[in-house]
Amino acid sequence: MRQVQSAKAKVKLSSKTKKPAKTMTPVKATAKPVKAAAKDRALGLLPKPQVLQMMDLMVKSRVLEERLIKVYKAGDAFFWIGGPGEEAFGVPLGLLTNKGQGPAYDYLHLHYRGTPTLIAMGMPYIDSIRLIMNRATDPSTGGRNFANHYCYPEWNVVPVGSPIEVQYGMALGTAIAQRRRKMKKEKSGVTIVTGGDAGSAEGDFASCLIWSSRPGNELPIYITVQNNKWGISTPYHEQHGEKHVADRGKAFGIRTNVVNGNDPIESYFQIESDLEYIKKNTRPVLTEFELSRLYGHSSASGANRENEVCPIDLFEKRLVDSKYIQPGFVKELLAKYEQESREAADIVRTEAGPAKSTIWDHVYADNENADWRKF
Amino acid sequence: MANMAQAIRMALHHGEKNLGVTDIFGEDVGAPLGGAFTATQGLETAWNSPLDERGIISTAIGLGLAGDRCVAEIQFCDYIFNTIDLLKIAGNTLWTSNGQYNMPIVVMTPVGAGIRGSVYHSHSFDAWASRLPGWKVVMPSTPLDAYGLLVSAIKDPNPVLFLKPKALLRVRGEELIPGEPPEKELKSMIDAPIGDRSKWKARWPELGEFEIPIGKGKIVREGTDVTVVSYGRTLPLCTKAAQELAGHGKSVEVIDLRSIYPYDWSMIRDSVRKTGRVLFVNEDTEVTNFGEHLAYRVTQELFYELQARPRVLAGKNLPGIGLHPNLEEASVPHFEDIMEELEGVLAEVP
Repeated sequence: MRQVQSAKAKVKLSSKTKKPAKTMTPVKATAKPVKAAAKDRALGLLPKPQVLQMMDLMVKSRVLEERLIKVYKAGDAFFWIGGPGEEAFGVPLGLLTNKGQGPAYDYLHLHYRGTPTLIAMGMPYIDSIRLIMNRATDPSTGGRNFANHYCYPEWNVVPVGSPIEVQYGMALGTAIAQRRRKMKKEKSGVTIVTGGDAGSAEGDFASCLIWSSRPGNELPIYITVQNNKWGISTPYHEQHGEKHVADRGKAFGIRTNVVNGNDPIESYFQIESDLEYIKKNTRPVLTEFELSRLYGHSSASGANRENEVCPIDLFEKRLVDSKYIQPGFVKELLAKYEQESREAADIVRTEAGPAKSTIWDHVYADNENADWRKF
Repeated sequence: MANMAQAIRMALHHGEKNLGVTDIFGEDVGAPLGGAFTATQGLETAWNSPLDERGIISTAIGLGLAGDRCVAEIQFCDYIFNTIDLLKIAGNTLWTSNGQYNMPIVVMTPVGAGIRGSVYHSHSFDAWASRLPGWKVVMPSTPLDAYGLLVSAIKDPNPVLFLKPKALLRVRGEELIPGEPPEKELKSMIDAPIGDRSKWKARWPELGEFEIPIGKGKIVREGTDVTVVSYGRTLPLCTKAAQELAGHGKSVEVIDLRSIYPYDWSMIRDSVRKTGRVLFVNEDTEVTNFGEHLAYRVTQELFYELQARPRVLAGKNLPGIGLHPNLEEASVPHFEDIMEELEGVLAEVP
């Protein structure tokens, strides 16, 4: 792990991670940390059930994404875009998010590769499949938007959009709302924003750094960048002179980090540490996760498997080497989730799309008429 | 009588005191300036933002997502153009989320010519704004309407764009806001002093309940020979033209549309049915102008009741408003232009 935060703000991860994580994970961290049994000492910093849970969720997310791609390639969807390759970042993020509705809980301003986070938070397969197949039952958009454009108000997952990086600006607003409550000693959460390296070239990313670090008005915002080194077909190194996107935070006195986003353990502890820092100090953190993009940008580029490092393969090897799992464990998970995803897709295929008559629904609140023909 | 800037200020105070407004923000919106046009002086929740229009609009969206009520300002509409995609997002959030996220925000921005503002302080935005589905768009022409429309905008659960006709911001109205104190007293209460303002606090008058529903126009002057529909800076010019023509025996009905979207079609329809002639006047550029939409609708729905072709008088389709008075006056509608068009409409023989 490379930490590039300022010396003043620097917190050594090792000192933060000697105890088992306190999280809101569905698996109760009752097991004692594994120490001597594991060659891989980092693994031993988390209870074994939690390690296995992360593997389970990573596989679960991957199978869903691959199902979405199959749905697209079968002609049952118009477009696919998603997050295979981001599981080792997204799953820990989902597990560590304090989910709920309103400023008392964490806000998530996700980009369109957020499936691993949603899966870790408890999203059922069928929700995502309804979204990509634009069914009326799609709980995020009612058949109005693309795959991975999630919306879950009950978890503060605000609508995911296609314009890249606008979420970095919008996140400022929820963070201001949370800071206000924090200053009043009310219960308040943290705003979390995710986005890609290519989009960090947009001005909204700079806005996020400037507004979140206004002296005396610093915001409780977790600014994350998922650096997969690509902007559709354009390599990062051809367009960015900065070594790390996170380096840009230093100019604003923002604590910054660069971590291996293909390592779920490293990601988990960095996210946990960052969130604790933000909650304690009401200040922003910028962390860059270097990770893979396994199926290209989207179906527009074919949605075929790319020759990049697979975080699940890496994690499986670690767990096998450390005797956490037997060879074949992941294969069984794949089979289980493959069946679950197929069954969900079969159900969704039978469901209707939104009716044409619904186009005017929700233009205005309470379905106030917005059609000028009826003024 | 309050001027429009004072009326806006009082409506914002009403919003922060009674309607849950948490943030009134933008460039120079907070102390000490209180807005480039003084419309935000003395407000408790007003604060200065970085000079970043995209940051302002996107922050407003985030506050709306969190359920907080804000009024964000873009200092001049000339600088709102780099936020157009964010305005689109604000307008489509409720629709895209299939009704799950309201966007209760107000964005206000001064618009139009009339202050010798040159190329980048004279733009209009009403035609652009009318192409932002999901937004409501209002534009007052009097202080009383400014107060009432802004109160309604703050209460509205949808995004509302409040266009301030900058040439009218210093103009005093002819109608009092309920409870409004005399002019000098009001000035002493809510106008920030010149010089050191560090210890100054506004004393706000107790105003009565007043609001103007969004979507409702106002017949400013009744008439029978021709209808003229306008809003903002050009509205009082239309009224003046109607007065002038009355002296020549012509009866002009003047409608202040006030709400650009949703708009008061029934008021326009009933008036045009009565007069058979209509002129739409505004100062945004003339190609794909909002007045063209209204003229189109008149043509489609009232064609056989017309005595003359509907006309639109708007700003010339130019890339800017030139600074010299000759250039500005030749670019956007003025009294003489309105007179000429009205006389032309009245002279047409079916």
